[in-house]
Amino acid sequence: MTDASILRIEGLEAKVADEDLSILKGLTLDIGKGEIHAIMGPNGSGKSTLAKVLAGHPGYEATMGSVEFRGADLLDLEADERSQAGVFLAFQYPVEIPGVSIANFLRTAVQAHLPEDEELDVFDFTDILMERMEMLEMDVAFAERHVNDGFSGGEKKRNEILQMAMLKPKLAVMDETDSGLDIDALKIVASGVNKLSEEDPEMSVLLITHYQRLLDYIKPDFVHVMVDGRIVKSGGPEVALELEAGGYSEFETASAS
Amino acid sequence: MPENETIQGLDLDEYKYDFVTEVDPVYRAQRGLSEEVVRQISQHKEEPDWMLDFRLKALEVYESKPMPKWGGDLDGLEQVLDEIYFYVRPQDRMQHSWEDVPDEIKDTFEKLGIPEAEREVLAGVGAQYESEMVYHSLREEWEKQGVIFDSIEDGLKNHPELFREHFGTIIPTADNKFSAMNSAVWSGGSFVYIPKGVSLDTPLQAYFRVNQERMGQFERTLIIVDEGAQAHYIEGCTAPVYSTESFHSGVIEIVVKKNARFRYTTIQNWSNNMYNLVTQRAIVEEGANMEWLDGNLGSKLTMKYPSCYLMGEGAHGEILSIAYSGDGQHQDTGGKVVHAAPHTTSSIVSKSISKGHGRSTYRGLLKVHEGAHHARSNVECDALLINETSRTDTYPYIEIEENDANVGHEASVSRIGEEQLFYLTSRGIPEDEAMAMIVRGFIEPIAKELPLEYAVELNRLIELEMEGSVG
Repeated sequence: MTDASILRIEGLEAKVADEDLSILKGLTLDIGKGEIHAIMGPNGSGKSTLAKVLAGHPGYEATMGSVEFRGADLLDLEADERSQAGVFLAFQYPVEIPGVSIANFLRTAVQAHLPEDEELDVFDFTDILMERMEMLEMDVAFAERHVNDGFSGGEKKRNEILQMAMLKPKLAVMDETDSGLDIDALKIVASGVNKLSEEDPEMSVLLITHYQRLLDYIKPDFVHVMVDGRIVKSGGPEVALELEAGGYSEFETASAS
Repeated sequence: MPENETIQGLDLDEYKYDFVTEVDPVYRAQRGLSEEVVRQISQHKEEPDWMLDFRLKALEVYESKPMPKWGGDLDGLEQVLDEIYFYVRPQDRMQHSWEDVPDEIKDTFEKLGIPEAEREVLAGVGAQYESEMVYHSLREEWEKQGVIFDSIEDGLKNHPELFREHFGTIIPTADNKFSAMNSAVWSGGSFVYIPKGVSLDTPLQAYFRVNQERMGQFERTLIIVDEGAQAHYIEGCTAPVYSTESFHSGVIEIVVKKNARFRYTTIQNWSNNMYNLVTQRAIVEEGANMEWLDGNLGSKLTMKYPSCYLMGEGAHGEILSIAYSGDGQHQDTGGKVVHAAPHTTSSIVSKSISKGHGRSTYRGLLKVHEGAHHARSNVECDALLINETSRTDTYPYIEIEENDANVGHEASVSRIGEEQLFYLTSRGIPEDEAMAMIVRGFIEPIAKELPLEYAVELNRLIELEMEGSVG
């Protein structure tokens, strides 16, 4: 899949900026255009760290290895530049921004994705926002609420999918999107992701999850098992089912030995 | 708003109001404060004897009171006061048409956009330059309805009884050292009367400009809102940046009579060499409603606590205060509400932002007197710190003498979090803009109460101040 590769991670090592201990310990992963990958792993395996390192969280530092995104050195870019280049991270814990409406926030974000000399037409923007909200079965009044302020867990996750729908990324990294959701909310969120995948078959998705449950609703092409900062097993959807049956213990002992 | 548009066209390194106009004043008193200076001021204004006596007594009170030790740092102030001019008269007499205002002074106000705002959105405009009001004008439709909007000097001359009934009764000379100083040397400010039942649908605005170096400005404003009337008064303040300190000390007295509603909005954007020590108080009568909207963005040190004395049953007082402190600035602000009648209600919401080495202090007093049963009040103060070096303190004094008072108090201090910044930047928003967005969100509950052009100005200022604040 060399020509069609969109993200290529090689031997990536990373740590929390102020600490010495590596969390990612030589991770290698290749994601092709339009593919859906799932990374599964136990708590503390470094899954969320990988998501943050890919999105450019300033609290983490890549110390070794490389990340190539659509031919460019991703690690060289600031967080805002990575987003503009087409990386999107759906947060495990979306952050509250009191006093800032979702509409205002999204308008600023969409404008930031346009070329410098291009100005966003406010009416076009509003039309698109309304259309996207309808697609995700969201109430129009939602746009005037303050970003994640006082939202339920389900609302926060839906807001993440709305942002994704507005920014149309080339690579969506979904960090534990299923955590804290009841089954109805999970279905809505998953159906949103599936609709966006259908709309843009070239969009790649990296699902990060602890449980098999999410994968019942978003079908991955590839499943990887991550333990202690490395991918220890890769395969098709069957890998997830094996995990469901046997758990992570087999891999954890393997990794410890 | 596209990021580039908000940043282009602004002088990022400069305080926008830093320009000086060459004007030869027609009169300037000697430096410093003395009985002679007080007599000269009174003589220039051709005042009645009672006012000269009032001033001279106030001077004694001023001299007898020690410098307050409880607020901001006033250690260098005595020296500053020895060196400033307490009275500078820029022109012979006040004008009612911009055409008659001397060109140099008119240019200043043109640059500040005042005549334009007057044409578009205001019911009346007053403009003070150094020590005197140079311009005052009210739309004819309001004049016909009996509204008075004039300089304080003309208020004394033309409406002596109404003036004397209220002047110095709301804020007594001896209230504090600086109200005493103002009472001795006051000059300029507005006299406003809104007759019974009259509702002004657009605001009155007064604009205060200090132009020359080592200047002291002491405006005095008296506003009487008669029964059932409604109005909104806005004051704005700017000055050029000098290496020496300037001084501004105003006294604002307001009476809001039965069932009347009044809002007083301040957008204080003095240059950072200004001491700004102001006393503002409103008496709120039965069923009346008073709102202070207090924005303190400029000055070296501001000490200002707008207050509401709720004297009549069912009176309501509200103080919305926002302060911004950058390097070298201390905003010591807040509010004071006194419940002195039953079923009175009040709310204080204070938000401060401190950046760099800036310091913001919330200082508030909420008092419920015995007999003010069923009083309700809520106090909320939130501080936002931008950098590790920024500082905030909170002094909320609450004194309750009535058992069934219902009083709520909340205070919070927050820093702009790395996680908030990361969340916004991960959506493609550049870091400076993300910072400005968080700050704008923080002040949103107050900014949304401002007239649109001030809200825009406030947002612009924040955008500007957040440039380069990251890291």
